[in-house]
Amino acid sequence: MQEKCWKDKNLKFLRTLIILLLIQFKAYALIEVDITRGNLSPLPVAVSPLASDKKSLAEVEKILKIKDIGSEISLVVENNLKQTGLFNPLAKDAFLQKPDIAHFKPRFEDWKLIKAQALITGKVEIINENLRVEFRLWDVLAAKEMLAIAFTTVPTNWRRVGHIITDKVYERLTGEKGYFDTRIIYVAEEGPKTKRIKKLAIMDQDGFNVKYLTLGNELVLTPRFNPTNQMVTYLSYFRNLPRVYLLDIETGVQEVVGDFPGMTFAPRFSPDGKKIIMSFASDGNSDIYTMDLENRIVERITNHPSIDTSPSYSPNGRYICFNSDRSGYQQIYVMKSDGSNVKRISFGRGLYGTPVWSPRGDLIAFTKLHKGKFYIGVMRIDGSGERLLTENFYQEAPSWSPNGRVLVFYRETKTDEKGEGFSAKLWSIDLTGYNERQVPTKTDASDPSWSSLLSN
Amino acid sequence: MNLNKIFKNIFLVLMAGVILTACATTKKVETTTGQMQGDVYTGTDTVEYLASGVPDRVFFATNESILTTRSRETLRKQATWLRENSGISVVLEGHADERGTREYNLALGERRANAAKDYLMTYGVSSSRISVISYGKERPVDSGSNPLSWSKNRRSVTVKAN
Repeated sequence: MQEKCWKDKNLKFLRTLIILLLIQFKAYALIEVDITRGNLSPLPVAVSPLASDKKSLAEVEKILKIKDIGSEISLVVENNLKQTGLFNPLAKDAFLQKPDIAHFKPRFEDWKLIKAQALITGKVEIINENLRVEFRLWDVLAAKEMLAIAFTTVPTNWRRVGHIITDKVYERLTGEKGYFDTRIIYVAEEGPKTKRIKKLAIMDQDGFNVKYLTLGNELVLTPRFNPTNQMVTYLSYFRNLPRVYLLDIETGVQEVVGDFPGMTFAPRFSPDGKKIIMSFASDGNSDIYTMDLENRIVERITNHPSIDTSPSYSPNGRYICFNSDRSGYQQIYVMKSDGSNVKRISFGRGLYGTPVWSPRGDLIAFTKLHKGKFYIGVMRIDGSGERLLTENFYQEAPSWSPNGRVLVFYRETKTDEKGEGFSAKLWSIDLTGYNERQVPTKTDASDPSWSSLLSN
Repeated sequence: MNLNKIFKNIFLVLMAGVILTACATTKKVETTTGQMQGDVYTGTDTVEYLASGVPDRVFFATNESILTTRSRETLRKQATWLRENSGISVVLEGHADERGTREYNLALGERRANAAKDYLMTYGVSSSRISVISYGKERPVDSGSNPLSWSKNRRSVTVKAN
């Protein structure tokens, strides 16, 4: 009896051990990258130049004036991976295998030798004047293919090809959608601080392909994308009348949003793209309004003698977070999208502004001012779990990457005794509080807003 | 630490004494620039004049839109001048300093300009002659990053519109 019991116990133990081993085996089977915490040992990855044939290379050079398109695309991927802080792209001069052979069948020992754990190979060719790209992701240690994808696009899209490859690789390795085939709309700035010239600008997430959407004749502020990234809403001082505008990026057509007898500002789209939510200031009081873009119906959402501004919808459209000083100072509030059930959620020391709802729905990012310092932080939607990610002299206006893992914001420098040395730049930081980086822009920049993924 | 503080204070008091006596002897009191009361600017550094003796702007405390005694005095002078020159319309430009989020500052600038507008109206200036615009923190008059510069930038400026 006793013996049997012991055996039973033993069996149970064995079974558990086997299950544990299985789980472990599964975890070790293929490489995974944990993005939920700061990554101190980024994954070594080899990004082989994409292979190409002579004919394709000649055609690409004719169309794009680029000599080695395969190399250039791999550099886009490499740079993207490096910026995440999760990956460590290895130096290409250490690669032993040629791109075409590696893409066909990698000699894993060669890649192990240079300590690569993941390998990306690919091929690019011109077929009927289109760019045909295929790439593979390999697990070097397991000696296995993890991913193989092919697609066709127009040659001028070649940088996007690099971004799409990065998105797929990132998704396969982290289990979450990427954010590389995206754009950032922002305000390009130049000139002295007292007479700043501001233009709307749009660029790829990595700072390339900058386009200016306005000429700088009037002050423009706070541009934000609609969910399909084709429209932008922003504040313009056209004819010295500060109003919310709507701009079609493709056609360049723009219009005033609504017919308000005063300043409208702080616009954002609703998650379905059908409404614009914004503040309207009248007689010293700012309240929140929406306008339906189809039927032009205007609705008043808040009605309070305090300043109510910086509204941002929850991803399901049912709630709005906003900034109000109804308690006497700037704090963050949440209400239902019809304006009912207003609740203050920020209770920490200091002032809180620019709340913006995470695309995952669980967090609100904000700017905080406390004892002369500015912070970018996040809190849960009930105000709990406040976490400050970065502190500086001046920084504000976080905007989420579409996967909710990274925030982009702008930072301004303190001027010297002569009032000189002012600059404004875009920065990004991971939700973990790690991996703070300047986002490259040709000019000074502010008010960044991240698009959703352009392709899916 | 405390002793240091005491010494520092004594030093400051002595310095103030030195400056005051220097001012008294050279009679330069009125040209002293960069004064603040609390954190409201009381100097004349950036001030322009709509007419002789009629300053064009009023200043505010941080995050406030309350008019100080001095501001009300300035606005009464503007109201008198506007009543005497009934053909003139004005724009009140409300501004904030750089130490606040952009969107909130736009609202704050509007609130400040309206505080000035309301005061002008109670002194007999018709609202049809006054329009209001907020520039938030977009148009500082002083580009410094220090409390004095910020105090000059927290302002409502009355500008002739015609």
